Amino acid sequence: MHVDEATVRRVARLARLRITDEEAKGLEGELSGILDWVEQLNEVDVAGVEPMTRVVPIAMKMREDVVTDGGKAADVTANAPMSEDGFFVVPKVVE
Amino acid sequence: MTDLTRLTLAEARDGLRAKTFTATELTGAFIAAIETANPKLNAFIVATPEQALAMAQISDNRLAKGEGRPLEGLPLGIKDLFATKGVHTQAASHVLDGFKPRYESTVTQNLWDAGAIMLGKLNMDEFAMGSSNETSYYGGVVNPWRRRAKSGALSNDKLVPGGSSGGSSAAVSADLCLAATATDTGGSIRQPAALTGTVGIKPTYGRCSRWGIVAFASSLDQAGPIAKTVRDAAIMLRHMASHDAKDTTSVDMAVPDYEAMLGKGVKGLRVGVPKEYRVDGMAAEIDTLWQQGIDWLKAAGATIHDISLPHTKYALPAYYIVAPAEASSNLARYDGVRYGLRVPGEDLVDTYERSRAEGFGKEVRRRILIGTYVLSAGYYDAYYLKAQKVRTLIKRDFDEAWDKVDVVLTPTTPSPAFAAGEKSGDPLAMYLEDIFTVTVNMAGLPGISVPAGLSAQGTPLGLQLIGKPFDETTLFQAAQVIEDAAGRFIAPERWWA
Repeated sequence: MHVDEATVRRVARLARLRITDEEAKGLEGELSGILDWVEQLNEVDVAGVEPMTRVVPIAMKMREDVVTDGGKAADVTANAPMSEDGFFVVPKVVE
Repeated sequence: MTDLTRLTLAEARDGLRAKTFTATELTGAFIAAIETANPKLNAFIVATPEQALAMAQISDNRLAKGEGRPLEGLPLGIKDLFATKGVHTQAASHVLDGFKPRYESTVTQNLWDAGAIMLGKLNMDEFAMGSSNETSYYGGVVNPWRRRAKSGALSNDKLVPGGSSGGSSAAVSADLCLAATATDTGGSIRQPAALTGTVGIKPTYGRCSRWGIVAFASSLDQAGPIAKTVRDAAIMLRHMASHDAKDTTSVDMAVPDYEAMLGKGVKGLRVGVPKEYRVDGMAAEIDTLWQQGIDWLKAAGATIHDISLPHTKYALPAYYIVAPAEASSNLARYDGVRYGLRVPGEDLVDTYERSRAEGFGKEVRRRILIGTYVLSAGYYDAYYLKAQKVRTLIKRDFDEAWDKVDVVLTPTTPSPAFAAGEKSGDPLAMYLEDIFTVTVNMAGLPGISVPAGLSAQGTPLGLQLIGKPFDETTLFQAAQVIEDAAGRFIAPERWWA
């Protein structure tokens, strides 16, 4: 699977990663190489095979639908680069 | 006084109980050892000596009153992936600059509740992505082991300690802590253990709570210990594992007293030897080691059976779809807004893009891009879903094997420790480090690496035992037989001390 430079840029945009022109060129080869290598999975017949979802059959745990945690705005924002009054501060997003 | 840092975890525990030395003396010895060695090994990112001594004081008080808990007064190293309240927790990444969690991971809380002492946070590959510890924002870790030339002289070349838990393996191997926590997504406990002559176990998926462990690939990540001996690993795992309401994938099963069940031996144990692990280009010394392991287990009363795990070769490529896909999703949270590094941009999206580009290292960026690509519109079925179906087949191979055998024996790695820079230029060469370990994560099974011999260059090699789900007990028992036969492996010259 060849990944061209335009695809690298599109994927980088989706991943919210800024990349330089030089990086885009390098990644074109690296990503193509890795995707070529995983192509070998096409040799495997997976018709009728269910995707693996868990290691051992355990029932999904249920609990009462009640609040068990919260009221920790100060803790939640404690590590933010910028915060104010329990809110995260970001650049203006609405005109 | 003898050098307390050279004791095993079990010996230190017994010494504390017998009042041969105090927790404060023991902790002080490790603090001094870290101070001397860390500039050379770079195993610790942050040492926490004041906290350690405060914890040691509490332990000494409890020991004096005869109220010692199971791990009372035992100093440990903690991988930087575990959230430790108020203490540096950055997954060895620039993107988490300054992050100090307001909560404690369940695994570390379990250890502190059992009386253990924290010496500091251990270096690792950034976000646990790597097999050499070279992707850490804090620089590589140096393996205490060195290659020996034919003349017998030790080389000064710096070898890697494996990864991603390279700080954990180096610190345990160099006697900078009694044991360490680690995590394993594709081999990150077992491969570094093999490269440093230490014991490492990745328990069954669900055995340890993942709560408070920085997520890499959630369906594969598991915590486990790296320790000096099989007994020490058994002690550690018992006190790391628990059922935890905060992690719905942790299982509600009693944690056995693994240590109490050691020494049962392997009489009548059925050991499987999978032919698919004899890969092309495998070093002859690895093959010899494997045969030696077979012979030891046979001599101890086990029976050996050739088995086939036909989908083995697809585990690594499937892993390099599943793990990056889950990582790209998990690492979406590092946005320059909620924690860590922010690089201001022209607008919000530009801030995200700049913060993430500067905050993540090259390997992490590469994996995020792969993951984003395979999950992008139109590709989900062809990649992620397909890989998850291959996982079912890998697991089915093992399920069929368990009809014939109780454990599977393989080498841990295809080669011994390599030099820094030797494989870092080629991602695929580095990914092949996990070729023998990754199937275990894909199938969710427990796997242990136990030191079993030395390479021609005098560096350690490990054997891996793979077990049935939640049968860590048998792995410890069989690993003990190998350890008893092989002896312990201690780096020949303490050049770092």
